[in-house]
Amino acid sequence: MSAISREEVSHLAMLARIDLQPDELDRLAAQLDVILDAVATVTQVAGEDVPATSHPMPLTNVTRPDEPRPCLTQDEALSGAPAAEAGRFRVPRILEED
Amino acid sequence: MTVTDTTEAVLAYDDVVAAYDPVLGLEVHVELNTATKMFCGCPTGFGAEPNTQVCPVCLGLPGALPVLNARGLESAIRIGLALNCEIASWCRFARKNYFYPDMPKNFQTSQYDEPIASNGFLDVELDDGSTFRVEIERAHMEEDTGKSTHVGGSTGRIHGADYSLVDYNRAGIPLIEIVTKPVEGAGERAPEIARAYVSALRDLLRALGVSDVRMEQGSLRCDANLSLRAKVPGAAPGSAQQRAVPLGTRSETKNVNSLRSVERAVRYEMTRHAARLAAGLTIVQETRHWHEDTGITTSGREKSDAEDYRYFPEPDLVPMSPDPAWVDELRGTLPEPPPQRRRRLQTEWGFADLEMRDLVNAGAVELVEATVAAGAAPAAARKWWSGELARRANADGVELAAMPVTPAQVAALQGLVDAGTLTDSLARQVLEGVLAGEGEPADVVESRGLKVVSDDGALGAAVDQAIADNPDVADKVRSGKVAAVGALVGAVMKQMRGQADAAKVKALLTERLAPADSTTDVSTS
Ligand SMILES: [Zn+2]
Repeated sequence: MSAISREEVSHLAMLARIDLQPDELDRLAAQLDVILDAVATVTQVAGEDVPATSHPMPLTNVTRPDEPRPCLTQDEALSGAPAAEAGRFRVPRILEED
Repeated sequence: MTVTDTTEAVLAYDDVVAAYDPVLGLEVHVELNTATKMFCGCPTGFGAEPNTQVCPVCLGLPGALPVLNARGLESAIRIGLALNCEIASWCRFARKNYFYPDMPKNFQTSQYDEPIASNGFLDVELDDGSTFRVEIERAHMEEDTGKSTHVGGSTGRIHGADYSLVDYNRAGIPLIEIVTKPVEGAGERAPEIARAYVSALRDLLRALGVSDVRMEQGSLRCDANLSLRAKVPGAAPGSAQQRAVPLGTRSETKNVNSLRSVERAVRYEMTRHAARLAAGLTIVQETRHWHEDTGITTSGREKSDAEDYRYFPEPDLVPMSPDPAWVDELRGTLPEPPPQRRRRLQTEWGFADLEMRDLVNAGAVELVEATVAAGAAPAAARKWWSGELARRANADGVELAAMPVTPAQVAALQGLVDAGTLTDSLARQVLEGVLAGEGEPADVVESRGLKVVSDDGALGAAVDQAIADNPDVADKVRSGKVAAVGALVGAVMKQMRGQADAAKVKALLTERLAPADSTTDVSTS
C-alpha cells in the first residue's frame, strides 16, 4: 500500500549524504516499501483507543537542577577527533567556493 | 574580492513607503543565563578555553543521554507568560536534522510544532510615546550551536575556506527563540518599530533576569524578515483593505547585532525590495547577511534543500507537562512591565522625559534606583550615573553596570558632598580612588587626604595670602569689578589644593574686599 518513489529515496540519500547509484535507488525503493509495509502492520494491532506515541515510557517532566557537573578536559574532548588544531575540532571545508 | 561588491539598486525611502506596504517578521534568539547547558551539566561561562566546557552529551558521543535543565524550562515559561502567551499543557522537543559541524550530533534539539509558549503579544513604546502591539506567534526552547572559525581561502569566510575549526563550548547553551506573527500596519515606521520591538523585548528579558541580553556578545540575536506588498491607495497601513493584499516574498536578514542595525537593516531591505519590484524583478526568498560597516545586505546563497530538516520528536527527552499550579506560581514572579516601571520611577524621581530617556539608553535605571535606595537624592544619583560615570564607562568601552563601583558607594560619595566634607571636584577624585580599588569613599578620603578644609584659620590665611599676592586684582574688586574675584578664588583653591569650598572662599574674599562704604550682604553672594 505504501509507495516510496525513486525520487524520495534519492532525496533522502542526498539529505543523509549517501551517494547512491541508479540501480541502488531502484532496489532500495522496493526494499523500503517492504519495510514500511511490515511496520504498518502495527496499526492493525493498535485500536482506535491507542494514541500514537513517541515515547514508550509514561514519563513527563524529567529535569535536573541547574548545577554544574565536571566537564571533559580539552585533551579528552579532542581525543576521538580525526583532526584537531588550536584546541578545536578540525573539520573539512564546509561549503565550496561561491 | 569583497562581499560588498554585490551592491544592489535601492529606491529612495519616501518612494518606497508611497508605493509599498511593509510586513515584518522578527525572530529573536536569547541565550539564557543558566549556570549550565540545556541538556547537560557543562557550565555556560563566556570566554573559556575552547572545548573545555564540553561533555559526552553536548559532544553527541554515543550513549550519552540528555536531561532537561529545570531552570531552562522555568525561564522559558516565565518568558512566555511575560509575553502574554498561552503555556502548553503538554509539549515535546524535536530533532532538527542537518549536516553542519556546528552541532556535533548532526541535529539540534529544538521544538517544532509543540512550542512551550504561543499566541502572545508585546506592547512596544515608540519614540513619540505611542504604543504599537506586536503579536507573538511562539516562544520555544532549543540549544545554541558551537562556534566555527574558517581558515584559509580569501577572506576568512566560510565560502572557499580550506577547512574550519570548531569550539563546542557554546553548543548546548539554552536558547529561547521568540517569533512574531507577521507585523502588519507598521507602514513607514517599520524600521523604527523593528528596533523598538527588539529594545522592548531586551528590557523585558533583562527585567525577568533570564539573560544577559548583550547583543554585542551574541546573547541576544535578531533575524529580520521583510516583505513588501502593493499599497492600496488611500488605505491606512493597518486597514482591512490593506491587509487583504497577499503578502509579498520575504527575505530573512541575519547577523543583525545591535538595535541600530535592526532599524538600518529593515530600512535597507525595504529600499532593496522596492527597487526590484519597481523594476519588474521578483524577490528571491533567501537568507541575507547584514554588513554593519557598509550598511547593506548580501545574499546568503543557501542551498534549496537546506530547509528540509526532517523534524521528529526527540526520543531521548520525555514530554513536558508543566503543572498549572506551578505556572500560576511563576506568573506571580513576573516583574512590573518595564515601560510601566519607567513611568512610575520617572514620576517618583521628578525627571524630565529627556533625562529619563538618557538613563534608559545608558542602561542606568536600575543603578539610579539602587543609588536612591541607598540614600542619595534622585537628581544627585542621576548626575553621577549619566554624567561622570557614563563618561568614564564610555571612555573605557565598558557597560555602565560593569564599572567597579556600587550604587551604595555612589550614595556614600554623594553623602560626603551633602555633608560638606567634599566638593564636587574632590568627590570626582575620591570616585577615581574607588574605581581604582582603593576602598570605600570614606577610606579614599582618608588615604588621599582629600577632605575639604573646614579650618577657618587655614582658609582665612590662604585668602589673605591671595589678596597680598594679587594687589591689582584686589583693587579691581574693591572698586566694584566683582567679576574679577574669580581669579582670586582660583588662587586660594590652588593654594588649598582644591580642598576648599569655592563658595565659601568667594564669600570670604568678597567680605574682605568690600568697599568701605558698602553694606553688601556677602553671605548670599
Ligand atoms: Zn555538556
